Amino acid sequence: MSHLATLKHPEAAARFAADVPRTHWHDESLWFMRVKRDRAAAQVPEWERLRELAQAIKAYALANLPALLEQFEKNATAAGATVHWARDAEEHNKIVHQLLFAKGVTRLVKSKSMLTEECGLNPYLEARGLEVVDTDLGERIVQFRNEPPSHIVLPAIHLKKEEIGELFSQKLGTEKGASDPKYLTEAARGHLRQKFLHAQAGLTGVNFALADTGAVVVCTNEGNADMGTSLPPLHIACMGLEKIVPHAQDLGVFLRLLARSATGQPVTTYSTHFHGPRRGSELHIVIVDNGRSALLGRDPYRRALSCIRCGACMNTCPVFRRSGGHSYGVTVPGPIGSVLAPAIDARAHAALPFASTLCGSCADVCPVRIDLHHQLLAWRGDLVAAGHGSTGKSLALRFTAWIFASPARYALAGKLARFAMRVLPAGLMRLLAGAWGRQRELPVAPVESFRDRYRRTHGRA
Amino acid sequence: MAAREEILTALRRNAQPGAPRPVLDGVGAKFPDLAARMAEAVGAVGGTLVRVPDLPAADAALRALPIHRDARRIASLVPGVGAATFDAATVKDPHELEGLDLSVLPGTLAVAENGAVWIEGARLPHHALVVIPEHVALVVAVADIVPDLHAAYARLDLAGRPRWGLFMAGPSKTADIEQSLVIGAHGARSLVVLLVG
Repeated sequence: MSHLATLKHPEAAARFAADVPRTHWHDESLWFMRVKRDRAAAQVPEWERLRELAQAIKAYALANLPALLEQFEKNATAAGATVHWARDAEEHNKIVHQLLFAKGVTRLVKSKSMLTEECGLNPYLEARGLEVVDTDLGERIVQFRNEPPSHIVLPAIHLKKEEIGELFSQKLGTEKGASDPKYLTEAARGHLRQKFLHAQAGLTGVNFALADTGAVVVCTNEGNADMGTSLPPLHIACMGLEKIVPHAQDLGVFLRLLARSATGQPVTTYSTHFHGPRRGSELHIVIVDNGRSALLGRDPYRRALSCIRCGACMNTCPVFRRSGGHSYGVTVPGPIGSVLAPAIDARAHAALPFASTLCGSCADVCPVRIDLHHQLLAWRGDLVAAGHGSTGKSLALRFTAWIFASPARYALAGKLARFAMRVLPAGLMRLLAGAWGRQRELPVAPVESFRDRYRRTHGRA
Repeated sequence: MAAREEILTALRRNAQPGAPRPVLDGVGAKFPDLAARMAEAVGAVGGTLVRVPDLPAADAALRALPIHRDARRIASLVPGVGAATFDAATVKDPHELEGLDLSVLPGTLAVAENGAVWIEGARLPHHALVVIPEHVALVVAVADIVPDLHAAYARLDLAGRPRWGLFMAGPSKTADIEQSLVIGAHGARSLVVLLVG
């Protein structure tokens, strides 16, 4: 999928961070989102209560998922929608393609759907001759560049407006050198309006699926989901099976949390509830498993299925901010992505749970209170136990454990280290300190150890 | 249907029952003056709120605005408000709505905390009327303001209402280019809420 997918996170992150000013710029852009989120959360006095409720509703939904999905299917069908089930990405892509093929659709507009990104739907359809247009502005930008989104809410957050200006001058014929966001957005509006008018079908993701009414709810700021579904006679909504919430009432909690956590807005501009197809059109809902049912059976990781994809954990993560979303090589990057990805393919994504300082900031901002840093730590243990750890790190840790296990070895190691730090050149010491020493000055070695000093001042050890 | 059965079987095997059904208590925004808060919230999401005593006054206020004055094609689903240039109910294909300058739409209820207005699909001939025009005016009664989304969903009773509906909070917007807020991404470039009563 990504051209970086074959690189491990540390290497990809090092490449990203090699451009120091750009790394700072990226860091600050995302921190700005975090600040907006904080401001929005502070305006809701019962914020923490809302988070607790959101966590509890999701826990209840996950505990009752099979029954709720059946209830959803029954109600959605009664409202006139057709529900499809897909075990994996391939089956999902086939279902979508067959629906489009049956209607002779060659031009499809899509609003944001991380699920279809996960399933690789676009290349699947394009290989079968369809024109697929992502209509979220950020997604259209990365689609023009043939790259995946670098962030689930802000797909083009890694790009500067000058780069987008250059891209648009090639793709949309905007003035060369123009980079005013308003001007560029206007150009995209004109371009995408034509795509909307000529599309024969619209595909959307799903933010929430309501078991008690059979409705799917889609939230956007641009209005692209409404535009893409209100013109053509076919609407396909693709959802991961974890998107279920039991009652419409529960949305009061989630919609108050979602946009505030994502962008600091009180609510998304358009929060559209599709309850069956509109007159003269068809609504097809594709419910996708793709590893989710297996994750439901895995403690403690099942809680990651509560995620409502707000992106707050990415905006606050010190590693994400300084390494960029592409460095993760997965559709959903950042802390939540680093929990989800190893469950799909432990070997391929073994590096991701280590792309964290375990500071816990992600868990603090998570609107559904997923204990992300605990899960990342749990993954580290599981991955190393399964043989996916790095050999160098394992050897170093085993050696360290051997030293720590004996007071005599520990004392000797300390003595050697203090001696080495005094006599060896700084350059050599830095090499010995490994990755840690690469960007740090080593401290000045003390003349005596704590134990030596204690013996000197108190007379015994 | 093999997929359906297989997925549900896996879920039944893996789900851990026992989580209690949460009770949605202890939450709810409180505002001393709902209308004042609504005006503030609509402003915060990029819209404008105009308070008027009755529908004729809403009509007069709307006609005085440039979004109405400069409009060539106007659809109104609120009788007596705005000078509709055609009857949207007679439009067969929503594509014909392209080029619409202004939609005047009824709002079922308004949410003071976030400035959103609920638009009921059953009251509109086309969903596109919400997003395709250059500008949108929503007409909603003061009596239909609720403090927050919890109160809104309690009143909406979605299970009893087929078709679509949406909360619209302000005009269409994006910040996908270097997080610069741009109003008018795909949908309405401006939104005015006419608060009646």
